Amino acid sequence: MTRWGTTAAAVSLLALGLSACATTGTTAKPQASAKPAEKAEAKPLPKGLDGEASSGFPSTYAPLPSRPTAFVGATVLTATGQQIDNGVVVVQDGKIVAVGGPETAIPAGVTTVDAKGKWITPGIIDSHSHLGVYPSPGVSAKSDGNEATDPNTAQVWAEHSVWPQDPGFNRARAGGVTTLQILPGSANLFGGRSVTLKNVPSTTMQGMKFPGAPYGLKMACGENPKRVYGSKNRSPSTAMGNVFGYRKAWIDAADYARKWDDYRAKKEKGEKADAPKRDLQLETLAGVLKGEILVQNHCYRGDEMAVMIDVAKEFGYKITMFHHAVESYKVAPLLAKEGICSATWASWTGFKMESLDGVDSNAAMVWKAGACVVIHSDDPIMTQRLNQEAAIAMTAGNKIGYGVTRAEAIKWITANPAKAMGIADKTGSLEAGKAGDIVVWSSDPFSVYAKAEQVYIDGALTYDRNDKRYQPKSDFELGQPGQGAFN
Amino acid sequence: MIRSILLAGAALTAVIAAPAAAQTFAIVNARIEPVSSAAIPSGTILVQNGKIAAVGANVAVPAGVTAIDAKGGVVTPGLVAPSSNISASEIGGVRETRDDGTGSSLSAGFDIAYSVNPSSPMIGLARDGGVTSSAVTPVLSGVGGGSHEHADDGVVEEMTAGKDGGGDPPLFGGQAAFVRLKAGEADIVSKSKTAVTLSLGEAGARAAGGSRGASIVLVKSALQDARAFARNRAAFEQGATRDYGLSRLDLEALVPVVQGKTPLLIRAHRASDIRLALKLAAEEKIRIVLEGAEEGWLVAGEIAKAGVPVIVDTQADLPDSFETLGSRLDNAARLNAAGVTVAINGARDFNNLRQERLNAGLAVANGLPYPAALAAITLTPARIWGMADQIGSLDVGKTADLVLWTGDPLETTTWADKVFIGGVEQPADSRQSQLRDRYAAGDNGLPPAYR
Repeated sequence: MTRWGTTAAAVSLLALGLSACATTGTTAKPQASAKPAEKAEAKPLPKGLDGEASSGFPSTYAPLPSRPTAFVGATVLTATGQQIDNGVVVVQDGKIVAVGGPETAIPAGVTTVDAKGKWITPGIIDSHSHLGVYPSPGVSAKSDGNEATDPNTAQVWAEHSVWPQDPGFNRARAGGVTTLQILPGSANLFGGRSVTLKNVPSTTMQGMKFPGAPYGLKMACGENPKRVYGSKNRSPSTAMGNVFGYRKAWIDAADYARKWDDYRAKKEKGEKADAPKRDLQLETLAGVLKGEILVQNHCYRGDEMAVMIDVAKEFGYKITMFHHAVESYKVAPLLAKEGICSATWASWTGFKMESLDGVDSNAAMVWKAGACVVIHSDDPIMTQRLNQEAAIAMTAGNKIGYGVTRAEAIKWITANPAKAMGIADKTGSLEAGKAGDIVVWSSDPFSVYAKAEQVYIDGALTYDRNDKRYQPKSDFELGQPGQGAFN
Repeated sequence: MIRSILLAGAALTAVIAAPAAAQTFAIVNARIEPVSSAAIPSGTILVQNGKIAAVGANVAVPAGVTAIDAKGGVVTPGLVAPSSNISASEIGGVRETRDDGTGSSLSAGFDIAYSVNPSSPMIGLARDGGVTSSAVTPVLSGVGGGSHEHADDGVVEEMTAGKDGGGDPPLFGGQAAFVRLKAGEADIVSKSKTAVTLSLGEAGARAAGGSRGASIVLVKSALQDARAFARNRAAFEQGATRDYGLSRLDLEALVPVVQGKTPLLIRAHRASDIRLALKLAAEEKIRIVLEGAEEGWLVAGEIAKAGVPVIVDTQADLPDSFETLGSRLDNAARLNAAGVTVAINGARDFNNLRQERLNAGLAVANGLPYPAALAAITLTPARIWGMADQIGSLDVGKTADLVLWTGDPLETTTWADKVFIGGVEQPADSRQSQLRDRYAAGDNGLPPAYR
């Protein structure tokens, strides 16, 4: 998986662009204020009219209380390609400070946790989740994942649909999930912005929002958009209608970006300039063209992926990841060459025409071709056991002799989704300087019998299977049968 | 190139020769899980003429009989899916390939045995996962009522047959069947009319006109009608009876139910709906099987006392509807501990039967004893569907439906190495494995279509 190196630079560059407004990111540009104030146009636009200056919906996430901890004696999968037996992981001030073998020095004043017989992995990252936007209970009053009113709803943001009380967040955490990308659904060609969340209990969405994570744009290939709009006698009703819809939108976005660039250039020079009217739909699309928003593209079929890659080239943007990419194995060399990740289930197949050719060795074959593999859930049940889903995918590869190790396969649910979500510099692997997002498993996490015993987020114990004080429950479940206890 | 052509030729031969005669062979050096008795850590199983001839630690392999060395692998009975739509449904989102829903013409009279397609490519996929037979159970069109069905990105499709009919679904889901997934057979239905399905709770309410209060009233009325119909068919033929709520065909299907010969397979989820099902069974003196039962653990003692078997999806731990608020991962363990007979389902869906054995493993992880978990995917569903005299355990005289696994059959890292149905080794050439092999073969200078 070192081949990821070819694209890692691009991704981390994109990651820089993060800010609450995310249209142009935080890149410092010379400000017009430096110019002599000979022209009155230099004054800032009224509040809200300049996307770059938008206050957005900033994260208020703060880690839970933690104490310096050293986990000693576990088998450690670092997600950097290593499996360390009898390992040591030290976490201080929410960050990993040391990972190594038994000889690793443990600083004074650090609490030691005996983890003999346990396994430790980075926190699991689900890069395709609808928790919060399609929460439990799945009633129409809470069906907030698809703004299925227009094939292009790039203007909507999944975070505005997230219900933090979704009991699914608690289930996912008990399965070791520490970070989630919440996406809009796939009814539309452009579904809207995704949001990346820390999987901590919170009364507000902002309290979960992953600080510094870039936004994603959900796009959808294939059957869903053309069925949803075709059935309303609207475009798109065909695959070719889909592609027209993408191209038309990118033309509008490029034009919009040009108008803002012109405005800013003129403003910078102190010339008279009239700002274009802010358009939330085009602002998001322009953010993609500027490389600040990552394209998360629902696309099952290999041939459709090839078309989407050409669309991206026509307009000069990059596709970060294909989701539900059950046919990636058919175009694996192309995906390796283009540096595009494939997010897939292990073996789901046949639930619709475009998933008919799904095979269980998909992930392993893409891995073998040197492309980036992610195992995702798109499902509030599967998200609780992404470790097992990765195990099934790994096993399918080993059935045909690929020799996929646990040290490699763990990346599919940790380091690789972190890369595809633009947060690989912050989490996804056990390396000094990264967040203390850690799962302590009862046994080999690739076993059906393994359970996440303790889940740490930024070094703070957030779930403990053996301590009721660390088993948070949603407001919704109080007073209900079972009281939110699910195991 | 030449090699791949030779392989293709071999595969073709295998397909042509598929309806092979039952073989005589032995599997040696295996951990054997007979299910009906304790595991044999290292033993031999002898199969003769399609039947199990001997099982034990010290079974001699007769001269001239092929011995397959399991190399420490595990032999179990073929897995039995307790309730699925395999062979009656092909592609989830393609309406024309779905014959697992009642439709709008019939209610209890619908018979899924006529929906079965022995050539469904999904059967090979199921076999690859060690599943050798399944109960095929209809659902209410457009309502579902089985366990967890997949919808990508929240774009829900209700594409079961009959959805086009409009209006509410009929009261009963129709008659179930039992299929054995043997390759090359023209008829894979071992038994038809094995149950009549019924949904209570939210799906049942919709079928009863929109509210739970109507559900049991209408069901009881239908059962009374079926009794009256059975007592006096002549009067019915002469038009000398009062009007019945169901058609003659539907009443006919309910006759074995009211006679206690065929169970009602009742999908119920909320504790109160499970209690209603138990009460219905007691009052009407009918046999029932429960499917779903996410809140079963809350009424486990009552289910055990009634002697009603339960089919559960052990992954179901979400309060994903107002009738599953108490869902939990140890439902199967708690039911079993209370003395309930528990069978474990994977997904209902034809394409995800792989999940059944993993769901059994998940149940073990959450407290179900291993032997009960293994039985829950073999002998228990075979018993529920009246097939245990033939399959479900490795007992001498039973049909040789068995699987040789590379390791613990409930484990993620294990796969089915060899699958036998009726003593015949099944081809491992599902559509999925053919796709895999085509693209795994690598570039030979021609497009994959030539591989």
